[in-house]
Amino acid sequence: MIEQPLPLFAPGTDPGPSFFELLRRTSPAALPGAHLPAVNLSAGGVGGGVVDAPHGTTIVCIKYADGVVMAGDRRATEGYTIASRRMDKVSQCDHWSAMAISGAAGPGMEIVRLLQTELEHYEKVEGEPLSLEGKANKLSQMIRANLPAAMQGMVVVPLFCGYDLRKGEGRLYKYDVTGGKYEEADYATTGSGGVHARNWIKAGYRPGMPREEAVDLGLLALFQAADEDSATGGPDLVRHIFPTVAVVDRDGYVKMGEDDVERRSIELLQSGRSAL
Amino acid sequence: MSMPFYVSPEQVMKDRADYARKGIARGRSLVALEFADGIALVAENPSGTLHKISEIYDRIGFAGVGKYNEFEMLKIAGIRHADVRGYSYSREDVTARALANGYAQTLGQVFTHEMKPYEVEILVAQVGEQDSEPNEMFHILYDGTVMDEHGFTVLGGQAEAITDALKADYVAGLDLGAAVRLGVKALGSPDSREISADQLEVAVLDRNRPRRKFRRIEDDEVAGLLSAG
Repeated sequence: MIEQPLPLFAPGTDPGPSFFELLRRTSPAALPGAHLPAVNLSAGGVGGGVVDAPHGTTIVCIKYADGVVMAGDRRATEGYTIASRRMDKVSQCDHWSAMAISGAAGPGMEIVRLLQTELEHYEKVEGEPLSLEGKANKLSQMIRANLPAAMQGMVVVPLFCGYDLRKGEGRLYKYDVTGGKYEEADYATTGSGGVHARNWIKAGYRPGMPREEAVDLGLLALFQAADEDSATGGPDLVRHIFPTVAVVDRDGYVKMGEDDVERRSIELLQSGRSAL
Repeated sequence: MSMPFYVSPEQVMKDRADYARKGIARGRSLVALEFADGIALVAENPSGTLHKISEIYDRIGFAGVGKYNEFEMLKIAGIRHADVRGYSYSREDVTARALANGYAQTLGQVFTHEMKPYEVEILVAQVGEQDSEPNEMFHILYDGTVMDEHGFTVLGGQAEAITDALKADYVAGLDLGAAVRLGVKALGSPDSREISADQLEVAVLDRNRPRRKFRRIEDDEVAGLLSAG
């Protein structure tokens, strides 16, 4: 195997602790959105046909007493076709933060991977992790860098959340397509079913609610969204597919077990609280 | 017009090696030992913030002795190499061997072509994920010489004396406490000193940890391990 030389930089060109900057200098082709073809991917143009890349749909994030709950449905769609029934839209970013993606799945997952590497890279080079606000700003820059792709239909709109160790509370952020970052005090939703999920959360939310209630509220909101929006996947009792749920608190990121989510979902559906 | 004096290549290399060795000997030494759960790295380091031991990647750790700014720069180059490789291929494709070769090339290049060689000795250690998978320790010298070490290895000016002390007492399969106590005893052996926890920097690559195997052991935990013996 031919070894790559170690990346060494002259003082003026050093990328500092940022992995994104490092990649821009050493292998720009590996960055998301590099080498975009000059065609409109979503409106067709490649060979005259319509190219519809898979899109992820509804995600929610709710703040509770000791942290934040993040949840997403499992469906990815390609036009009117279901591209995936088991997509996982909620990902851990580092020990104390998580993000969920809606919009174009490919570029979205690429941004997740880039942010995960960016946060770990900073932590290893500097010897301590970025602040939560710093992490949220980093994500903002990555979404902004994806703007050319977004103009061609590859829109990525994530939610980001985490536990702020300095402030001692959970915090959450939503983003627009230009990388605009908006911190929310209580909850946020995005994706095609986001409006329906939001209305349900709005009716049931109260500040400082305990974790279990926040998880239930998130699950119910996703069921509502799936009931109203064709691109959002509902609870699938036949294949045992249920939303992905993760919690971030003082002790860090924890993903809820699939069995736990299934049990809770079925209890909620049977309780009549789902209004389905 | 004056002509430069002829100096034989042997003399040039010898002078550079002496210079590098002298620089390295000014600092304190460091030992790495394989133990039951992975690899323990023990360094004498009075600073709590300027580290000699660092995390490079999931299973890979780095340790350096000699001139701080030089091994710190090599550490960052290693993190960059590993993260770019892991991002463009996959996390499993980042290996200590590739990184050690990269370091060897860089150090060798600088040693032969630059005015001043690096005054460092470094270690790239990788813990085996399962019990059956062996650990790897690559000890790299200021001139790019790579040594593949097993059991334990010592970096720094007093390496010979410390190696002798370790040879007498080292056995495979020690627990963490025994490994740290042995390492600390060996570090102090050349001039029969007792080294206290606040003068030490200790970290492990522990195969039982989830993805990132590297863990720093803080002073109070080190003190606990030392007094347990």
